[in-house]
Amino acid sequence: MADENDQAAAAAEDEQVPVMQQIMDNPFLLLFLGVTIPAVLYVIWGVIEVAQIPIGQ
Amino acid sequence: MAKQEQYRICPATGLRIYRSAENLIKANAVVAVVFLAVGGLFGIGVALTRWPAVHLLPADWFYLALTAHGLDILLVWVIFFEIAILYFASAVLLSSRLATPRWAWAGFILMIVGAAITNYAVLQGQSSVMFTSYPPMQAAPHYYLGIVLFAVGALIGCFVFFGTLVVAKNEHTYEGSVPLVTFGAITAAIIAVFTIASGAIILIPTFLWSVGLVSHIDPVMYKVVYWAMGHSSQQINVAAHVAVWYAIAAILFGAKPLSEKVSRGAYLLYILFLQLASAHHLLVEPGISSAWKIFNTSYAMYLAVLGSLIHGMTVPGSIESAQRARGFTHGMFEWLRKAPWGNPAFSGMFLSLIGFGFLGGITGVVLGTEQINLFMHNTMYVPGHFHGTVAVGTTLAFMAITYLVVPLIFQREIILKGWAKWQPYVFGAGVYGISVFQMAAGVLGVPRRHWDITFADAPLHFSFPDSAVLMMSLNGISALFAFVGGGMFVTVIVGSILFGKSTKSSEVAEEKKPGVAPPIGAAVARYGSAGVHAIPGTAVLVSVFFIAFVLYYFVNWKYVSELWLLG
Amino acid sequence: MSAISPPEVRVWWRTPIGRTELVWMSIAFLWGLFMFFMMIYWHGAGGQNLSNEAYRTTPEKFAAKTDAMIAKYKVREVSGDPVVHPPAGSDVYLFGRRWQWWPMLELEKGKSYRMHLTSLDWAHGFSLQPVNLNIEVQPGYEMVFNLTPTDSGEFTIVCNEYCGIGHHLMLGKIFVK
Repeated sequence: MADENDQAAAAAEDEQVPVMQQIMDNPFLLLFLGVTIPAVLYVIWGVIEVAQIPIGQ
Repeated sequence: MAKQEQYRICPATGLRIYRSAENLIKANAVVAVVFLAVGGLFGIGVALTRWPAVHLLPADWFYLALTAHGLDILLVWVIFFEIAILYFASAVLLSSRLATPRWAWAGFILMIVGAAITNYAVLQGQSSVMFTSYPPMQAAPHYYLGIVLFAVGALIGCFVFFGTLVVAKNEHTYEGSVPLVTFGAITAAIIAVFTIASGAIILIPTFLWSVGLVSHIDPVMYKVVYWAMGHSSQQINVAAHVAVWYAIAAILFGAKPLSEKVSRGAYLLYILFLQLASAHHLLVEPGISSAWKIFNTSYAMYLAVLGSLIHGMTVPGSIESAQRARGFTHGMFEWLRKAPWGNPAFSGMFLSLIGFGFLGGITGVVLGTEQINLFMHNTMYVPGHFHGTVAVGTTLAFMAITYLVVPLIFQREIILKGWAKWQPYVFGAGVYGISVFQMAAGVLGVPRRHWDITFADAPLHFSFPDSAVLMMSLNGISALFAFVGGGMFVTVIVGSILFGKSTKSSEVAEEKKPGVAPPIGAAVARYGSAGVHAIPGTAVLVSVFFIAFVLYYFVNWKYVSELWLLG
Repeated sequence: MSAISPPEVRVWWRTPIGRTELVWMSIAFLWGLFMFFMMIYWHGAGGQNLSNEAYRTTPEKFAAKTDAMIAKYKVREVSGDPVVHPPAGSDVYLFGRRWQWWPMLELEKGKSYRMHLTSLDWAHGFSLQPVNLNIEVQPGYEMVFNLTPTDSGEFTIVCNEYCGIGHHLMLGKIFVK
């Protein structure tokens, strides 16, 4: 059991962590995306929509 | 230099539990349950008033109680519990010390003070503005102030959580990626930061308006920004209660995620797109384009819903996989039939999962469909939907994990085991009923937030059909079950914490070192190469769910087509 | 290793996904796309879509337009409130205020009307029963849309947006011939 773990650990160190996993392993990058995306697509876009409602007669 | 902090080794998992983290988890969890009880008291008052035959509270008290119920459940109870979850998922699961305990305590105090101030404002009677507090309707200034303080306190808690992740990583308390449950907590914390930032952006000017420093708050602009907080706060719940499901499955069954990539990917979809759906509160507002409405209400082409649908398979699938590995392979559902239904942690979790999917999830997508919303907006269908998500989904899941938190963190045995065993079923029956009957009433046109649907004192006359009155009565009865079930929960938990037998053992527990498999779950096969796991039972459950979803979706489009023509 | 422990495999991204999960993810994704396009489709093919047309207005401006309509098309009174019978295709003005809907309308089945809705004070919920058509009515905003009743009878406007202590007293009427 310990042998397998050592081998696995050694193999793991040699493996390059794929970009997607690096992104998901980075909580601060995720925080940035999770705040910016809804801020732009929901809040900013929404506020622009309301601001553009024209004045009526 | 940071002084060496006290910790103990958890006998079940081998994890280090530092004293400060443990105390903060306990404090937040206890206060959470207190506010659950308070919110529940207001809730039964509301339900018994909306039961026309009982009509318990007079109008002014009804609207007051409804405001308080919304606040104490939708904001205070769940967020206090979620802060406890954040500290658990970071400090405990990563065997780490908490980043800045002093700040965590400051946040905790702020949350209590804020919640107390706002509740006080509501009880004074001049702030019956509902949880949504829509301008030009105005509450007392300290109503808004309390919520802002509460939000700042919660934000501090989120920063302590992120700080703890950094500390744990730097101090090498774990190896590789964080556990899946911690990743779920990260998702919840990210949504919480967006939620609170939006809350500050809208409630600070609204507070200034209430004291006369700002002259006007545009009502539609308010709604857009408010709901970035208002609905996102409920999405924190979704991320958190899904993490709770995984945690319970792991603790009770040693269940492993079927695929870390799939489950984390589903959470990533939440992080990116879950908050967009706040738009479903504005589907019948004047002036906003259908493009904005459709894109946002669909969580970006339903990508975040895909996340939920994925968890809907991977959570029960992980349990089935673990159970089958244990030998429960007889037939399609032995794994489920022989699951520990007498253990309230399991029964609460599974009832929460099924109910959230069928009652909360499906109805939420339907309700948030631009045109379908036309015959559901502001009817009782809306609270019916969100009792399916927050009461059946979140609250029942949080109750379930509390049965594990008491022995593992408070180190007390559960007392009144008979009550504990039945509690999820009593509460579950109640909240399932509330959800179903409220939605039925909504389809019949019954309005939400309404003191008297018989219009006894109104200058004009209108009668809802008898079936609508029946639904509100059944809602009242269900609420009684929920109230009893809630009372059982509070009694068992508070009683156990105060009077339960201590589970502290004199033996020295073996510490789990990073990189080595922990003692729990050792019987379960490694995944990866040996991870051949068939989940036929889950496949059947998910298929039933999908068929129900599709049918229900089309039935509601049929209703749309029968409405008057609108263009 | 379980959901409360770090993943056993350092690079979990490369672990293959089981077939059941892949099938479900594909079905769920396609269903999501279908539901998304369904809303867009209904805008083209369906008869029930809330228009996006709206204008900023004031209580005085809107009330003046309403009074003008009442003066021209009032036909009778019910409980002291005016009932207005506007011609098909014309501009029809209706507002909510604490705590009534004003005026009452008399419309014809199958005919189309250009509705203008607003509130003079707080947010209200225009909830037409028993049709169960629900629209949000906001002060300062005039929502404009075409409405065609498809049944005849007496219809009631309930308010379903909480608007203070008289919220549950707030009713209006639309009679369709």
